[in-house]
Amino acid sequence: MMEIGLTHYLVLSTVLFSIGLLGVMRRKNLLMLFFATEILLNAVNVGFAAISHYYNDLTGQMFAFFIIAIAASEVAVGLGLLIAWYKRHGNINLDAMSSMRG
Amino acid sequence: MFEAIAFYLFSILTAVMFYITVTTKQALFALTALAAGMIFISAFFFILGADFLGVVQIIVYTGAVMALYAFGMMFFDTTRELKERSGSPLITAGLSILSAVFVVLIFVAPIVSTKIQVTAPLIAGTTNSQSIGMVLFTKYLVPFELAAVMLLVAMIAGIVLAGKKMDRSLTLMAEEEIMIAEEANRKVLL
Repeated sequence: MMEIGLTHYLVLSTVLFSIGLLGVMRRKNLLMLFFATEILLNAVNVGFAAISHYYNDLTGQMFAFFIIAIAASEVAVGLGLLIAWYKRHGNINLDAMSSMRG
Repeated sequence: MFEAIAFYLFSILTAVMFYITVTTKQALFALTALAAGMIFISAFFFILGADFLGVVQIIVYTGAVMALYAFGMMFFDTTRELKERSGSPLITAGLSILSAVFVVLIFVAPIVSTKIQVTAPLIAGTTNSQSIGMVLFTKYLVPFELAAVMLLVAMIAGIVLAGKKMDRSLTLMAEEEIMIAEEANRKVLL
């Protein structure tokens, strides 16, 4: 209980990941969906850093860095697309984006 | 002892902040709670001895990403209450927990069966940022450069996508001009 091991961190990572998935499943607003995606990426980063620490291996931290870089570029492109969509349609509701429905 | 106290304190704080982010109906609450959660996440990196990663987490996530979201939210109507997908919250929560556990199992199963091999060991007698620099600029040099190119592409894409029609300002235009512009926009949509 008092000795914090790898399992503690992996359980924490799973809990944060499921909170993020909960957000992805229940949100309708696309901006809130983006927030949930950030939570997913952060949860994975915690797991990578923990494995890196307990196995004395720097690879986990490297992967966490690249995940942060990907998250930053995802936000830039995604937010640009959201702004372009909002200027045209006036909302960012996920259910309204069905223009390609057959 | 202190490590355990810090771990439990920050894990409870992070989980609460992220829970607020995914459940609140106010977009601004969600943004603030997410920023706080990101800061608390960096505490785990400091506990785990990944100092550089913790600093990058604070600078990039709370400094750049959250600021970008804050700027983006100025474009959207955030005062309106958010509507959420209807459906049983119990089923949603159960499904998300189940799929999270499955994802962890899928990724952990091969690790358990074949023992992790250390590929980039910690270099003795160096601090965390020094050893990260050594590994990043030798073994991970190509991915590092590719990440730089990817960030450049993302920056250009963001500017092109968000900067369309930035040259006209709705506050400086006369009422008739705005009407004409909206009419033209509607015709394009049809």
